[in-house]
Amino acid sequence: MNTATTHKAYAVLAEFEGTAGLLKAAEKVRDAGYKKFDCHSPFPIHGMDAAMGLKRSAVGYIAGICAFLGGAFALWLQWWTSAVDYPLVISGKPFFSYQAFVIVTFGLTVLGGAMGAFFSMLIINRLPRLFHGIFYSPNFGKFSDDGFFVSVESDDPKFDEKDTVAFLESIGGKNVEVVRGE
Amino acid sequence: MSVVDKTEQLQPTEPPLITGNQTFGTVTEHISKLAERKTTLTWLAAFSLAGSVALVLLGSIGYLVYEGVGIWGLNVPVAWGWAIVNFVFWVGIGHAGTLISAILFLFRQKWRTSINRFAEAMTLFAVICALVFPGIHVGRIWVVYWIFPLPNQMDMWPNFRSPLLWDVFAVSIYFTCSLVFWYTGLIPDLATLRDRAKTKIRKFVLGIFSLGWRGGNRQWKHYELAYLILAGVSTPLVLSVHSVVSTDFAVSIVPGWHTTIFPPYFVAGAIFSGFAMVMTLGIITRKIFHLEHFITNQHLEKMNKIMLLTGMMVGYSYGCEFFIAWYSGNAYEQFTFINRAFGPYAWAYWIMISCNVLIPQMFWFKRLRTSIPVMFVASIFINVGMWFERFVIVMSLARDYLPSSWDYYSPSLWDILTFVGSFGLFFTLFLLFLRFLPVVAMFEVKGVLPQADPHHEEGPH
Repeated sequence: MNTATTHKAYAVLAEFEGTAGLLKAAEKVRDAGYKKFDCHSPFPIHGMDAAMGLKRSAVGYIAGICAFLGGAFALWLQWWTSAVDYPLVISGKPFFSYQAFVIVTFGLTVLGGAMGAFFSMLIINRLPRLFHGIFYSPNFGKFSDDGFFVSVESDDPKFDEKDTVAFLESIGGKNVEVVRGE
Repeated sequence: MSVVDKTEQLQPTEPPLITGNQTFGTVTEHISKLAERKTTLTWLAAFSLAGSVALVLLGSIGYLVYEGVGIWGLNVPVAWGWAIVNFVFWVGIGHAGTLISAILFLFRQKWRTSINRFAEAMTLFAVICALVFPGIHVGRIWVVYWIFPLPNQMDMWPNFRSPLLWDVFAVSIYFTCSLVFWYTGLIPDLATLRDRAKTKIRKFVLGIFSLGWRGGNRQWKHYELAYLILAGVSTPLVLSVHSVVSTDFAVSIVPGWHTTIFPPYFVAGAIFSGFAMVMTLGIITRKIFHLEHFITNQHLEKMNKIMLLTGMMVGYSYGCEFFIAWYSGNAYEQFTFINRAFGPYAWAYWIMISCNVLIPQMFWFKRLRTSIPVMFVASIFINVGMWFERFVIVMSLARDYLPSSWDYYSPSLWDILTFVGSFGLFFTLFLLFLRFLPVVAMFEVKGVLPQADPHHEEGPH
């Protein structure tokens, strides 16, 4: 490409037709050996993880651990406050009346799971992230409406402006563009 | 060939969920425009009215803090009055939102996508209204933080064996989880609004709240699992929160309260009343925002069926309570129930029975359960009836063991103003939601359109 430019390329972006088009494109990009690519769509597409060759998300395990920690903390807190720090006989019940402690333990287990799921999702997705090079593309905003895009990032080891553009065009990508800073 | 024909016959022919031949683009356009257009006069008028009524709530709370709970109609033996009735009423309403967003999600009920966003919003606002009442009922509101297990100079801790403390945890956790669930669902839709934003302020604010969402499958993958887990952990909350609320009553030894049926009975009532509120709000929203293609008659009919079911569960509970009172042989228990139906509060009891047991029976008839005026009026009756259910239960206090302490409870002006004011708060929040946020979950609706299926063009399989 001869367009002399001082700005670094962030990615190559190509648009595809519908969910089926994006799914087929994902398989081809995966098979071509690209690693740092992504498929942007207005909603999650069934079967895309396999098409892109992605592993299962770790969010579930993290949420599970957080749920356990939440419950364990609740039980410890109730035991320590009621039986250790300030033992007080209430209605003649034992200090550690675990039956009555089930509800708060359950509640904090749920809270731990929910918070674990939400925050681990954000952290793994590196959100909130208020700047990303891909937003320089004038086209990209369509992804949240009805556009289906494949982006190949410039730090992919196989990335080469010319080759990647040609490759995405060869597999049927439209409006292929090199996304650069302004 | 014949084999293929037969398998096709086995496929149930379901009517489309979203009508009007929508494409992804028309969904975005229709829903986003509602949040982007200029403020309408109708909205301003409604907002001023709701806001003024919310100020009545603020004023009543101010006077309560200044003067004390003596301004309410409470007195021994009825030490719990409208405050707890209103609390249970509002918490109950929230439950339908969680049922729609969580349980229906786990059951893969795709029709939920059109109504889950505003039902979840309703949940949040209802729980906010609910939290007001126990919050201001504590008497010395400036030490309300004592309900939390915070280290303090007295070295005292809350009593974890008390249902009232369970309630604090159950309801505040419920609120937090619902908020996170709702916000998670909003992220992709806020990104849509961000990408459509024209003005600098909109770009800035929506840019922050959409967190830089890029809709890549590497993000969707974690997002979907997190959403599933949030649905999974919210599901037990639908059942547990109102069960815990019911233990406020059931763990005491007041006749009419000390029964094991309370948790399931309360949960059924909560879902029943919540669906009625979703219906009331849904019909109004649908009408003024022209959402008939998104919230179709099919959606409304399904909600009516749920109301018919839960209404009968509530009716069964009323009957079962009576039976157990008789069967227990306990004179106090028997007296309480006879007194409910024929005592000084019989008027409230029969309002409850008419609204909650008789009115939903209309929904047996397809013509009635698909008629919008009928279901709108019915939903309002059910809202009223469910408020009276809690009133009837709380009024068991008026005639307890000792006839010498019997009394007739009436609310004071401040009770009434506080309750009316809570509706102002609810509608103020709801109107703000309608004005500024996407009322239908756009990305979820797009996901259930036929063309969202990658195998759509290959025809039925």
